[in-house]
Amino acid sequence: MSATTSTRPPVRRVAPARWAKDNLFATPFNALLTLIFAPLVAVVAWWFLRFLAVRARWEIVETNLTLYIVGAFPRDQLWRLWLSLAILAVVFGLIGGLVGATTREAAIAAGRPLTTTRWDRVARLGPPALLLVSLLGFARTFTPFVLTAGVVALGVATSLLARRLPGAVRRSVPLIAVLGIVVALFAISGFGGVPRSAWGGLLITMYYTIGALVISYPLGILFALGRRSSLPMVRWVCGAYVEFFRGSPLITLLFTGWLVLPFFLPADFSTPTLVTRALTIFILFTSAYVAEIVRGGLQAVGRGQWEAAQALGLSPWKQTRLIVLPQALRAVIPGLVGQAISLFKDTTLVLIIGQQDLLAIAQNVTKQDEFLGKGYIIESLVFVGIVYWVASYWLSKESQRLEVRLGVGQR
Amino acid sequence: MAEGAAADTIAGPKRPVPWRDVRVIRFALQVAFAAGTFALVRWLAGNLTSNLDRLGIRRDFGFLSQPAGFSILGAPDFRAQDTIQAALIIGMSNAIRVAIIGILLALVIGVVVGVARLSKNWLVARSASAYVEALRNIPPLVLVIFFYLGVLSALPRITEATFIGDVAIVSNRGVWVAWVTVAEGSRAFLIAALLALLAAANVAQWRTRVFDRTGAPHRRLLWATLTFAAVTAAAWFALQPPIEPSLPVLDGRVVTGGAWLYPEYLSLLISLVLYASSFIAEIVRGSILAVHRGQAEAADALGLSSGQRMRYVVLPQALRIAAPAIGNEFLNLAKNVSLGIAVGFAEILRVANTAAGNGQPAPQLLIVVLLGYLTLSLIISVIVNIFNRRLQLVER
Repeated sequence: MSATTSTRPPVRRVAPARWAKDNLFATPFNALLTLIFAPLVAVVAWWFLRFLAVRARWEIVETNLTLYIVGAFPRDQLWRLWLSLAILAVVFGLIGGLVGATTREAAIAAGRPLTTTRWDRVARLGPPALLLVSLLGFARTFTPFVLTAGVVALGVATSLLARRLPGAVRRSVPLIAVLGIVVALFAISGFGGVPRSAWGGLLITMYYTIGALVISYPLGILFALGRRSSLPMVRWVCGAYVEFFRGSPLITLLFTGWLVLPFFLPADFSTPTLVTRALTIFILFTSAYVAEIVRGGLQAVGRGQWEAAQALGLSPWKQTRLIVLPQALRAVIPGLVGQAISLFKDTTLVLIIGQQDLLAIAQNVTKQDEFLGKGYIIESLVFVGIVYWVASYWLSKESQRLEVRLGVGQR
Repeated sequence: MAEGAAADTIAGPKRPVPWRDVRVIRFALQVAFAAGTFALVRWLAGNLTSNLDRLGIRRDFGFLSQPAGFSILGAPDFRAQDTIQAALIIGMSNAIRVAIIGILLALVIGVVVGVARLSKNWLVARSASAYVEALRNIPPLVLVIFFYLGVLSALPRITEATFIGDVAIVSNRGVWVAWVTVAEGSRAFLIAALLALLAAANVAQWRTRVFDRTGAPHRRLLWATLTFAAVTAAAWFALQPPIEPSLPVLDGRVVTGGAWLYPEYLSLLISLVLYASSFIAEIVRGSILAVHRGQAEAADALGLSSGQRMRYVVLPQALRIAAPAIGNEFLNLAKNVSLGIAVGFAEILRVANTAAGNGQPAPQLLIVVLLGYLTLSLIISVIVNIFNRRLQLVER
């Protein structure tokens, strides 16, 4: 028996028969629903599992796994990707560990229960494990396993280390993270590396997601502050920007970036690459949405907070940075994570402007001679669908966890 | 400046020096900001015009009245010599059609699934959760392509098409379902139907008055529906039937009659509805949970059945919470109609892209497309706002 007294209510144990009666056959109508739904669910589940385990011809994924992940990236340069992955593992380990430690402290300080039963901890590992299995499960050689294990170990070690960092180092973590991401990028494309036009598959998907995230979130916060500014001129311009980008479909904007964006630059400028153009559009688009989310958070911060900050004699910049923004951002974490997930899913649209992202590759591999015209598109799309699904699901679950930890919406 | 300083001391509160005067600073900041924004916009616009001139691309919208030179899928009446303007209008109306049908279907499915997630039946609640979690974490484009290439293209060929009774033909060239055609002399019936609507509204008002006077159950919806049904049924039999059923008939490789749901259209519609409904379901669930427990308990205390509790107490209040968020999802669905370009559905962006591929100026075409989608968004948000305002609590 542990010394700490649990604040949880005791778990009520119910006999299966009783449980079924309460949850499946409580009323005649409920019983009818169960009788209709049970075979339906059973058929769908059986059909799906049989497809995954038996019927699906996964050789299309096995043959092309590298293609799905990196596209036309030169195969002799793959070590750069592993290097970059290792750097990213450190960056995200650092962020993850730090967020975990900070929110844990916050939760303990506020007396909120920590959601860490043994089952929670196991369930939490589910999505990332599933992601690794769905990617590595098709690997034909031993190397990816070893390297992935190394990267994962590095990430976990950093996250454990991050919890013990002193406060002074903690504050500079955002800067370290951005630097780390830049270095990771440079590890791939710098020093005679591979230009971004040769990137493809999951790599380019992640590039768009992370690149747009890192730049558009600060930009979005600026636009949100601009929209709440006391200067009408600033308010109008920021408002017009946000409304324009929120009112337009992303694909149309990507087309504009593809076909028209070069025209906006002077004739003597070298035309930006397609990747840069698409990234620019993702940044402009996402920052408008982030601005709207953050504006909601800013509105949730009471006037009294500004006034108290003023009474303390803080400068307007410090009032915003130290008092208002932390509260505003905390209130909109679910929205911000949701937007990151949206961005991740929206990167599929680059296929329409001819980029070889994960989804485009899923379509193109079915045109290889040995797979052409045999309906392999289903296997291919199910595979990338699962990759997108697990990643999004994982992020949304982590965001819900964070929300509970921080007690968002509770007072 | 000694004179100025002396005048200040006499005038009482001292005016700060200009560079510390908050009014001056604010004014200067705004002027600087406006000037900066203006300069940026001007620079971009200047580059655009000079680049277009340099490349010999026209800058006017005259090309809209030129012949399009391409045909449009699903619009057999459109010919290549018709104007680009006409093509863009067809694209826009296609987009609007998918948006409206999609919104209605997504709303219905979303509400049903959202309520099902809160069902006391474990199996129903879990199935609804699985539906939501499965769909909202997949990019909608994956769904569109999956349904287009994976499902609809895998249907049997037209020569081996599957018949569902007489009412539907299913093949990889699309699905034909029984539909109706407007018959001759439908105008008289239309007028009769309008009269029926008027009568129904009057009956509803009368029932409301009865309810106000006596407190007897008004059942105005039932009364109004019955009135409408009775009058239209009478008109149907008295006049010529206004519509005739049209069954799809396969003749060789050509299907006549019925409504043709072509794969491009169907895959886009199915995907948008599935995707949007999963988000709407989540909003509906959240809104129902957000209605205070006391309300449901009060309904129980009044002896309402669980259905009545939902219908009269919980849902009306949940609707008020859900409306703005659901409106947002409608906007998202409308904008996602542009995903149709991936499978060749002829919405306005696809039409514009085809025209741009034929050498028409891309900047103007994209302006038209952006304006089209902005207008669509605007119309939807105006409708949602009107609805929203009517739902808002009238506070005393």
